[in-house]
Amino acid sequence: MKMPAPDEAVLSRRMQIVADLRRIVPGEGVIDAEEERRAYECDALSAYRQLPMVVVLPSTTAQVAAVLRYCHENRVRVVPRGAGTSLSGGALPLADGVLLGMGKFNRILDVDVANRCVVAQPGVTNLGITNAVQHLGYYYAPDPSSQIACTIGGNVAENSGGVHCLKYGLTTNNVLGVEFVTMEGEVLRLGGKHLDAGGYDMLGIVVGSEGLLGVVTEVTVRILRKPETARAVLIGFPSSEAGGECVAAVIGAGIIPGGMEMMDRPAIHAAEAFAKAGYPLDVEALLIVELDGPAGEVDELIQAVEGIARQHGATHVRISASEEERLLFWAGRKSAFPAIGRISPDYLCMDGTIPRGRLSEVLRRITQLSAEHRLRVANVFHAGDGNLHPLIMFDANDPDELTRAEAFGADILRTCVEVGGVLTGEHGVGIEKRDLMDTMFDDTDLALQLRLKCAFDAEGLLNPGKVFPVLHRCAELGRVIVRGGKLRFADLPRF
Amino acid sequence: METIRPASVADLAAAIASAQGAGTTLALTGGGSKRALGRPVDAAATLDLSAFSGIVDYQPSELVLTARAATPMAEIADALAGAHQILAFEPPDLGRLYGRKPGGGTLGGALAANLAGPRRVKSGAARDHFLGFSGVSGRGEIFKGGAKVVKNVTGYDLPKLMAGSFGTLAAFDTVTVKVMPAPAEVLTILIGGNDAHAAIRHLAWALNSPCEVSGAAYLPAELTCHSSVHLVRGCGTGVAAIRLEGTANSVAARARALATDSSLWRYELPSELSRTLWAEIRDVVDILPYPASAVWRVSVPPTAGPDVVDAARAAAASAQDVAAYYDWGGGLVWLATAPGGDSGAAAIRAAVARCGGHATLVRAPDAVRALVPVFEPLAGPLAALAARVKAAFDPARILNRGRMVAEPGP
Repeated sequence: MKMPAPDEAVLSRRMQIVADLRRIVPGEGVIDAEEERRAYECDALSAYRQLPMVVVLPSTTAQVAAVLRYCHENRVRVVPRGAGTSLSGGALPLADGVLLGMGKFNRILDVDVANRCVVAQPGVTNLGITNAVQHLGYYYAPDPSSQIACTIGGNVAENSGGVHCLKYGLTTNNVLGVEFVTMEGEVLRLGGKHLDAGGYDMLGIVVGSEGLLGVVTEVTVRILRKPETARAVLIGFPSSEAGGECVAAVIGAGIIPGGMEMMDRPAIHAAEAFAKAGYPLDVEALLIVELDGPAGEVDELIQAVEGIARQHGATHVRISASEEERLLFWAGRKSAFPAIGRISPDYLCMDGTIPRGRLSEVLRRITQLSAEHRLRVANVFHAGDGNLHPLIMFDANDPDELTRAEAFGADILRTCVEVGGVLTGEHGVGIEKRDLMDTMFDDTDLALQLRLKCAFDAEGLLNPGKVFPVLHRCAELGRVIVRGGKLRFADLPRF
Repeated sequence: METIRPASVADLAAAIASAQGAGTTLALTGGGSKRALGRPVDAAATLDLSAFSGIVDYQPSELVLTARAATPMAEIADALAGAHQILAFEPPDLGRLYGRKPGGGTLGGALAANLAGPRRVKSGAARDHFLGFSGVSGRGEIFKGGAKVVKNVTGYDLPKLMAGSFGTLAAFDTVTVKVMPAPAEVLTILIGGNDAHAAIRHLAWALNSPCEVSGAAYLPAELTCHSSVHLVRGCGTGVAAIRLEGTANSVAARARALATDSSLWRYELPSELSRTLWAEIRDVVDILPYPASAVWRVSVPPTAGPDVVDAARAAAASAQDVAAYYDWGGGLVWLATAPGGDSGAAAIRAAVARCGGHATLVRAPDAVRALVPVFEPLAGPLAALAARVKAAFDPARILNRGRMVAEPGP
């Protein structure tokens, strides 16, 4: 993975930079010792590691602003980091960069039930927000699988999803406001406890910007009342085609389930061996459909789903009879990643989204690619919103296997784009899919996005090397092609 | 004024590139229904996008619809109705508010204005349903943003930025939106009362219940008389309206769960009357039928809604000069004010500044909108950032110059 070449001038000033940063963030907030910096060398995409030049752990917005202002003035690159759970390498450090850890921003600032929102510092975990309001009967809807560890600031950076996005949206649909510090050290407020923006929706662009536009220092999120009830139905099919058709039929019937997850045979077997969830082992596809909401409605819809499943050839249908059973259905799915980890030394988790109607075709292609690359794969799928997570099994100790696994993953993502889908549904581009961006976007599309980056960070100092294959200098992007003072294409209809 | 009507995206790109080269400012228009929303645009030519019309791809089971941007909303609504689906953000038809015919809006216009109706509290605004687009930047470049699937985080979320940019960043060719199943039944609980603060507490009680409320509005007594729904018109007090949508059994069960103190005036409106009432609340003009007044749309924390109205009344020559109602549980305030002077801008914006939010002068005479900022004025660094974002897409500032903020000439 090619990262921006370290700036020798910055590296040669390292001691001075560390000393200057200590004046901004005193005490243990600046980490210089190599063995301590080592803890920050990678995120959850652990195949890539890089020791940061220095780690800074600020605890106030003023410190964040001062650190960024200093780095801007001294042309020092900065990589922001939450809990380091990114699966796409979004928090991979730079050899000549400051790693800005936001872990000390860990307080809930305001629980405002009347306005249905919570104001939190960015280092609060995703689950920490729900924990702060669940005694009142509320929760925060987006639930990435890493929710016990991942932070709300990281969720904002990555626009994280989860199994409930189809009904409740991603992070972007649940964030009302942020306090945000630009690379120049300016503190901005975008949004608040109200809805939508009065001008350009800067909040909408900051969410999911993968730490390239600024550093979030406070987040206001919408909270929801916990649904009255939730029940799940476990449905087995003799083919993935039948499972895919059932998913389309459920949605076609006007039902938006709280969650709708699909697993293929290898994933079912791995999960069952790991979690003993009671999954049928004689099926090719397993669907978990969860309905949540008012009790009467859930009962009605779950019967409708059962009917649709049987019409589509389901060989196995089980409706959860208790909360314990519902959680057991999920236990298998939620342990799919560690379950794969038990049967393979390493795995890569891909994250493409496809139009749901192309599912069977894409699964067939993945099976072919598995044979071509000589690597096993298991598929778990947020079927409701078309978000596919193929888990490619390999052994990282074998360099050839790692190379093949990455090539296999890239082929899967290219397939997703070919059928009308995208490279990433919820994990972010980071470094992992950076070099595939041109399969989805042409040079003009990317230039527009880079110009937007320049509007926030003209020097390209924030998280460079992520998302975009090549960072052009802003001045090059800014050139305006003047085509003479006359209107061209005089044959256009004008009236 | 010259009108340019490109027939293809290549023509569109050529027209914008030429205009950029010549420094010719362009006023973008699709259906023209919201031309009076925003500051008056002083452009050298009109860029008529009406040829970019028609549904390109609609697969109900994918919950996605792709259409050319100037496709009339009526055509979109018809196609969706055929598959029992809707645009869940419930875009208002603002045509009659501007003294035009209804039904003149386009899908691209609804997205460019980031419209949202009463269902905003449950389902989001246009921004939350805008998945992708292709279009032409102010440089004349054909480009795209987002995608055609419901879940995507690849690159910056450009559709969010385009939503609410009022044609100042790019001209759309095609747009892709998320669609949702249409609810089978609608029921509205009406609760009588004359205290706005108490009504908003009632709305919060309903929104904070597990009953999946999809609309929460309060009409004060002086405005209920304008509704065509007789129960509302004849009630003689203010009315809090709580909407429930879903299957018949579910709606009925939730209405029972939202039982109220038996001393309160309470009625339940069935589906058809509910649809009429919420369309009136959504489209504004039926509830605020004052063609001469200025109209404000104010988004604030729900509990702060009444404070904005109090502030506007306190500043008005007479309290009767201000009429207001609340949607989004109190978080959206529609105000009619006297159209003279600043139309109440100073008082309303000061109240908004105290609680956080934004106020948009949705309707006022051209002369007022040229002087009073139509959109919430931005502070220093944020204003500078917005200008840099504009320049990233349209460096020569030829697209809808001055529509959102006052801009000096070239």
